[in-house]
Amino acid sequence: MNQFIKTWLTQHAQAFFFSLGQYAKNPVNNILTTIVIGISLAFPAGFYVFLSNAQIVSSGWDNAVEINIFLETTIDEQQATDFAKQISKRNDIADIILIKKDKALAEYKKLSGFTDVLSVTDENPFPNVVLVKPTYKYFDESKTKRLVEELRAMPEVDNIQYDGKWINRLAKIIDIVKLVIFILSTLLAVAVLLIVGNTIRLSIYSSRNEIEITKLFGGTDSFIQRPFLYSGLWYGIFGGSIAWILVSVSMQMLSGPVNNLSILYASNFQLTGLGLINTLCLFGFAILLGLLGSWIAVKRHLCSIEPN
Amino acid sequence: MIQFTNVFMTYPSGNKALQNINLNINKGEMVYVSGRSGAGKSTLLKLINLIDRHTRGQIIVKGQSLERIKNNRIPIFRRNIGFIFQNHRLLNDRTIFDNVALPLVISGGNHQEVKRRVHAALDKVGLLSKINNCPVELSGGEQQRVGVARAVVHRPAVLLADEPTGNLDPALSWDMMKLFEQFNQVGVTVLIASHELDMIKHMNKRIIILDGGRILDVGDNNKNYINH
Repeated sequence: MNQFIKTWLTQHAQAFFFSLGQYAKNPVNNILTTIVIGISLAFPAGFYVFLSNAQIVSSGWDNAVEINIFLETTIDEQQATDFAKQISKRNDIADIILIKKDKALAEYKKLSGFTDVLSVTDENPFPNVVLVKPTYKYFDESKTKRLVEELRAMPEVDNIQYDGKWINRLAKIIDIVKLVIFILSTLLAVAVLLIVGNTIRLSIYSSRNEIEITKLFGGTDSFIQRPFLYSGLWYGIFGGSIAWILVSVSMQMLSGPVNNLSILYASNFQLTGLGLINTLCLFGFAILLGLLGSWIAVKRHLCSIEPN
Repeated sequence: MIQFTNVFMTYPSGNKALQNINLNINKGEMVYVSGRSGAGKSTLLKLINLIDRHTRGQIIVKGQSLERIKNNRIPIFRRNIGFIFQNHRLLNDRTIFDNVALPLVISGGNHQEVKRRVHAALDKVGLLSKINNCPVELSGGEQQRVGVARAVVHRPAVLLADEPTGNLDPALSWDMMKLFEQFNQVGVTVLIASHELDMIKHMNKRIIILDGGRILDVGDNNKNYINH
């Protein structure tokens, strides 16, 4: 192997283990710092998990969007069947259920207990109803409005109702929550940068004598920087580990009550954790913040130390 | 090896530390620089080691003109030089081995080579038995000898010492000077700043006397130095 590369690798290995040794030399302070970093990272990670689960729940509701078309009372069952066939050919309609007026009356009699009242008249007051499920997977207000307007314009249609508005409101609320979480996560990421940066800054100043001597004996800036950058890496790795543990433990604690709640709503929803990819992203992000924080501190403070 | 031509050094405060210095130190020579406090002895060493930059004139060290060395090349240049401080400046949280090994680690020596050279350097200064101790466990004289071992372990072409005996008693100071002579005898160019003229007069080496930033006198034997 090329001597230069060999030397470079050796010096990296030395800085890697030296920085780990420095971490272990001052365990109380370093562990406290790491816990603060871990908690700061756990919040965005926890928010992300919360959002992912909220989206899973709301996507289930999106699929449940249903448009109820009440046909004119003058429309008989054959005409209603023809109408249903006609609109089922549309690309934006996935499924259609026709509830004929006789069936509706029978069900009403059965459920309401007004059998005697309804038997006074021979006339069936119920219209034929067509239940429509749109093709698009997720709720889309503009598409739904367009579909409803087009259906409303048909002569057979008396009235249309759909239950999408509150889902749309929920989607808007989730959008706002997403934005709030993004802002909070950004602020917490900046906090992590500052924590790491300040810790490394203190470490640089406490190593002032060593840095001066190293420079006097020919230590390059990159040679001197390396242990501090690796310290940032360790803060990232350990902080990320604590964040992962906090999120996982919280998920474990919440999964039981959430499952019980979803059973009450006849849902088979289960809390989803970080998963492998998101765990890797969490560690990658933590390491990136650790390295960036230490790099900023090193660039800002190391050049001010010169041998005298 | 070291050549000063019309060198001036003025600090940003306006303090003229060195004025019109002309001197030539040959390869393998051992030279003392003496003078009162504030005479410019330390500044002279700092200029050679590029701790400070001269404001006028030319300094050539080992064939390199110092004013042409860019800041990012200073570390590489300094690897040719060993430096000894009055207060030794050892790293108290490291062992003697780690302290002495520092210049070799900086220049990327392999572990076996580092170990061999550190042992040799400590053997030379008589402190091999203390290799695993920390500096605080050593006396002042021993700490200074560790500083010397650290300065020579990477076999520098030039050895600079700034008041190396300032904190030592006369007997230890004499031993220290003899140690420098030993390194000089194997070809290392040695430049020592010391205010202890009475002692260095007996070393039979060239002595440069500085006063107020100027060279006042130069001699190479037991002569009486003027105005001192």
